[in-house]
Order: sequence, then C-alpha cells, then structure tokens
Amino acid sequence: MNSTPLASPELRRDFRAKSFDFASFLFGGATGLATLLILGILAVILINTLVNGWSGLSWRFVSTIAKKDFFDPDTAAILPMIVGTTLRVFVMTFFVIPVGVITAIYLTEYAHNTSVFTRIIRSAVNNLAGVPSIVFGLFGLGFFINFIGRNLDTLLRYDQPTWGHESILWASMTLAVMTLPVVIVATEESLKAIPTGLREASLALGATKLETILKIVLPQALPGILTGGILAVSRAAGEVAPILFTGAAYFIADLPHKLTDQFMDLGYHVYVLSTQSDNIEKTRPILFATILALLLLTFALNVVAIFVRANMRKKLRSLQ
Amino acid sequence: MSIPTPSAKRTIGWMGIQRGHRARPFEWLMEKFIFLVSLSAILMVFLIFIFVAREALPIFFGQMNSAPVQPALPVEEMNKLPKEKLREYLGLSPAKFAAMDEETKKLLMEARLEAQTEIPEALRQNKDAMLNTTQWRYLLQPYQWTDYDKPEYIWQPIGQIHKYNIMPLLIGSLKTTFAGLVFAVPLAIAAAIYVSQLARPRWREIIKPGIELLSAIPSVVVGSFTMLVLATFLQKVFGYQTRLNAFVAGVGLSLAVIPVVFTIAEDALTSVPRSYTQAALALGASKWQAAWQIVLPAGLPGVFAAVVLGFGRAIGETMIVLMVCSASVMSWSLFDSARSITTTIAAEMAEAVAGSHHYRILFMLGALLFAVTFVTNMIGDLVIHRLKRKLEGKR
Repeated sequence: MNSTPLASPELRRDFRAKSFDFASFLFGGATGLATLLILGILAVILINTLVNGWSGLSWRFVSTIAKKDFFDPDTAAILPMIVGTTLRVFVMTFFVIPVGVITAIYLTEYAHNTSVFTRIIRSAVNNLAGVPSIVFGLFGLGFFINFIGRNLDTLLRYDQPTWGHESILWASMTLAVMTLPVVIVATEESLKAIPTGLREASLALGATKLETILKIVLPQALPGILTGGILAVSRAAGEVAPILFTGAAYFIADLPHKLTDQFMDLGYHVYVLSTQSDNIEKTRPILFATILALLLLTFALNVVAIFVRANMRKKLRSLQ
Repeated sequence: MSIPTPSAKRTIGWMGIQRGHRARPFEWLMEKFIFLVSLSAILMVFLIFIFVAREALPIFFGQMNSAPVQPALPVEEMNKLPKEKLREYLGLSPAKFAAMDEETKKLLMEARLEAQTEIPEALRQNKDAMLNTTQWRYLLQPYQWTDYDKPEYIWQPIGQIHKYNIMPLLIGSLKTTFAGLVFAVPLAIAAAIYVSQLARPRWREIIKPGIELLSAIPSVVVGSFTMLVLATFLQKVFGYQTRLNAFVAGVGLSLAVIPVVFTIAEDALTSVPRSYTQAALALGASKWQAAWQIVLPAGLPGVFAAVVLGFGRAIGETMIVLMVCSASVMSWSLFDSARSITTTIAAEMAEAVAGSHHYRILFMLGALLFAVTFVTNMIGDLVIHRLKRKLEGKR
C-alpha cells in the first residue's frame, strides 16, 4: 500500500525529510484532527453513558416490572421494555431474512447485471434504505394497521378491533420493511465473496443451478447472512420513530402475551424518561441506565457484525 | 457474478421442459418464485408511496373541511337539495352515500344540526370559525387571524380553530438540516480524505469501523445526549438565550449525518484507482497534492452524492430534533427554537383521530417528506452509479 516506490528505508527517510512542506503538514493535520474529533465525540457519548449509567444498572432494575411510577429510581424497572424490544426485533427477523436473502440470491445468481430491470431493483433497494424512519411509521399505520388490520377484522367478523390496532406484529413488519436493504446488501456482499470456481465445479459435476445455490453457495455464505441479520437487528433495536404509532405503549404494567398486544420499548422509554419527567435530576440515573441497557443490546451485536465482516473481507482478499 | 451460461438467457425452458434434458418443473417454479420475491423492494417503495399519499388525498383535492362553524340546514330541506349537494353537505364519499338509506341520512342531518346549534355564541361570532383551514391558501400563505395585528404564519392544530400553516415547519426542517450539514459535511469529508488517502493501512482498519460505529448509536441516545449534555456545554461556550434551539439540534443531527456522509464519501474516494495517486506521486506531487488535486476531483461526484444523501438523512431524522427542540416559531434565526416536519408528525400523530383533518395533514407532511427523500435518494444513487462505471472504465 505504500505509495513511494523507494526500496531502502534510509533512502525513504531521506526523501521524506527533504520533501517536508508546510501545506502537506497542515492538510494532513486538519483532516486528521477532523477524524480525531469524530472519534472523540463517539468516545464522549460512550464514556458519558457508561459513567452515568453504570450505578443505576442493577439486577433488580433489569429483571422486574415497574408496577407504578417508572420515573422514581426506587421503583423503576425495565424488564418489559427489554422483552418488548427483543421480541419485536426477533419477530422482524422472521419476515426480513427470507425475503432479503432470496432477493440477494436473485441479484447475484440470476440477474443480468447490465439489464435495466436489475438496475431498477437495485435503485429501489437503495431508495428504501434512505426513506426516513418516521415515514415507515406512517406507512405501518396507513398500510398494516388501517388497511390490512382493519380489513382482517371485518373479514373475520371480530366485534372488537383485534388486528386493526397497534401491536408487536405490525411494529415488527414495519421494521422488516425498513431493514430489508440492510439484509439484502450484506447477503449480496457475502454471496459475491464466494469464488465463481466453486459454482462452476458444482455445475460441472452435474448439479443444477438451484442445487448449486442451495448446497454449495448458501452454506458458504451463511456467516455473511448472519452478519446481515445481526446488522438489521441492531439497526431495528434502536429505532423509535417507526414504532411510535405502530406498537409502542407509554405504560403497560405487564409483559406482552401475544403478538397482537402492544408493548413497551427500550428506545421509546429513553424518549419518555428524558422528555416527560417532572424532575430530570431525579430521573437521570435511571435514564442513563436505560440508555446503557439499550446500547449494550445494540452495540454488542454491532461489534460482532463488524468483526465478522472484517474477517470475511480478509478471506475474500486472500482468495482473489 | 452470475453463473456463466452458454448462450440461452434462461437456463431451463418453460416449466423446466427442454429438449434433450430431464424436465425440471420444480427448479423452474423455484426460479420464478425467487424472481417474484426479489420484486419486493420495488413493491415496498410503491406501497409506501401509495399508502402514505392515500391518507392525504382529501387534502390534495381540497375535500376536507375543518371549519367548526358550517352552514346548517333544517332537516326538512333534505329532499329539496340536489343529490350531489346533499352528499357534499354530509361529507360522505359517493359509495357510502349510495349505500345509505333515507332514514340514516335524516339522522345525519339531525346530528349535524344539533352539533351546529351547540357551538357557543363566542365562536360563532369569530370570523375565522367559518374558514376551511385545510385549503392551500391557509397552508402556505400568512393570514391575519382574530386577535393578531398582522398576517402571520401559524401552526397550531389545537383549540377551536385549527391553524395549519406548514411554513414554520418547513423552515424548521431546513434550519435544523442546514445547521446539521454545516457541521457534518466538512468533518465527514475531511475524515474521508484522511482515512482513504493519508492514513496508514493499520490505522485505517481501526478508524473506519470506529466512525461507522457512530451510526450504530440509536438516534434516541444521540438525542438525549444532545439534550442533556451537549446543550448545556454549547450554551456555556456560546452564551445564547434559549438552551434548546435549532443550533443545538443541528449539532445533534450532525452526529447522525457524519457516518452517512463519511461512509459514502470514503467509498467513492477509495474507488478512485490507485494508479491515479501513484502517477501523481511519481511526477513529484506530495501526498496531499495527490489527494486534493487528483483523487478528490476524480471522486467529486461521489462526495456530492454523499452530501445529497446526508441531506436526506438529516431532513428525515426524527428523534433527535423531537427531543431537542419542538416549539413552532416562524423565525430564520438559528438560536430560536424550531419544529421540523418529522417532529410534528411524531409528536402529534398520537392525538390525531384517524380520518380527521389533522391526521390527513400529518400524512400530507409525511408524503412531502417521502417525496423529498425519494428525489435525494434517486440523485445520490444515479450519481454514484455513474461514477462507479466511469472509474471502472465502462462508459
């Protein structure tokens, strides 16, 4: 990667010393400082959360249900929120992974890269990735709840709205639409990393294209698909805007029982704690403890995904 | 990297039946199934557009009426009115109107009359009570409301007369977005240049995931950090009046925008062929000259796309602006509060009754937001695609 084509270290040092110029120093310094500033802010956010939240995070806090005032540090607890967030995210993976993986298989294995049609699918995927999360919330409300849910209620002749209201199911499906591009892109990347030779060998031995994909390509791509799933989960776990009108509840003194229940959510709870509290100084410890819990949930997943991906890239480089 | 096939575009014939081969209907079906599923992304973009716009249609066509005081007709006049007028008066859709029998219509007329007679006299005297505030005129232009000295832009969807002027929201969105971009773009692009051109490979491996980790922080967390920690710090440094304002929201937004701009810009700069840099260095340019005068111009469309996509991310960000500032003020000043489009939707949708004018106006704002981000996403996508093709040498 070193761009100076000079061989011996002495010569290189000599060359560097002579070619030192102020503009170079300034430019490198400024861009380096910008990078450092960004990383610094990241570090400040993380350290601030850790320092302020660590004391509030106790076993009782994460394992019980707050029956009444959740603004009071003595009675506050976040078990329903942890359960709600985990549940909505895992229900989401059931919808998003199959669709995302199959789309990625089509794009890498079947589609002709030059065709206009493939191009349209790709730009739709990119576009979906850039739709604001609040618009997904509106979509969930307008499509899943008001259209599908209400029509299901009329069709099945329920007296009370059973499907046509906010619930875990609709929140998960809204999030599935939102995270679809994440899964598609990650899976595509991992499918592309598999050498074409493997596929050719399989085809030469008489396997059909589908057999090749199912028995040779997919098993190899599994770590990448897993990474995509993890990234989608961690992205969805922290999102609040799409579930504001599709499932999150301000307060429920119980755990959710079925998919059509409303739920409490960690991210939404962070919002509630930081904006609806009468006494922010008193709520501060539990607020930061809740943020820490949310970060642990999303961050741990992300770190895993980043390492798996970095490993995969290295493997890809060594294969080529 | 599709599997190379001899000549035919499709591997297997119709229903998997092909001359000289064993029939494979299952494989054929699966292939069609995979193709159909892959359309889901296109379908979803369409559905989002249709279902968000659908709820807002009555506003676009001017079919909603938000005036609390409306002319009320005595029930006896029902039969004298032409059918179309009666339907409009009762505010029904043609299908519903046709399905309704005379009795129900009569009941509706009575209910309408009763509702109108219950309105207090004070409101009846108010000249604004007769206005349909969902008309484009009142949505976009200033109006002199009762008790105001001059025409003003006001968003106030509560009280007896709902005022739906969307200008303060548009300005709020633009204000916070531009404040966010002013901080985010220089930082992110400088970092992208550093990471892709100047940093040593080992450092690059650490810095790049580090900055990308910033995008993994949920926006509620960034929001509450901005609100509780950054706002206090910035007020101490700059000493302005209101603690939570559009400037602070902009700083918070920049934390969400930086990873977006950085990732795309870094990607674009890395995809500039290494030989460009090497040629420049061989001709005696310094590293920064190569980066600034060769690589940056070559990757400029990608950097531009990064900024455009960053704009889309910033204007669509909800939670940060919602937590930091939310009062709707018609002001261009950065140090005043601001209420963005996203904030308005998030804060008010819960109170809006499904089907009411408030609900439909919020969906209209959502459709507007979707349209804006759709355009920015398309531009970004197109520019990046062109750049990649150009750098790969396929014009």
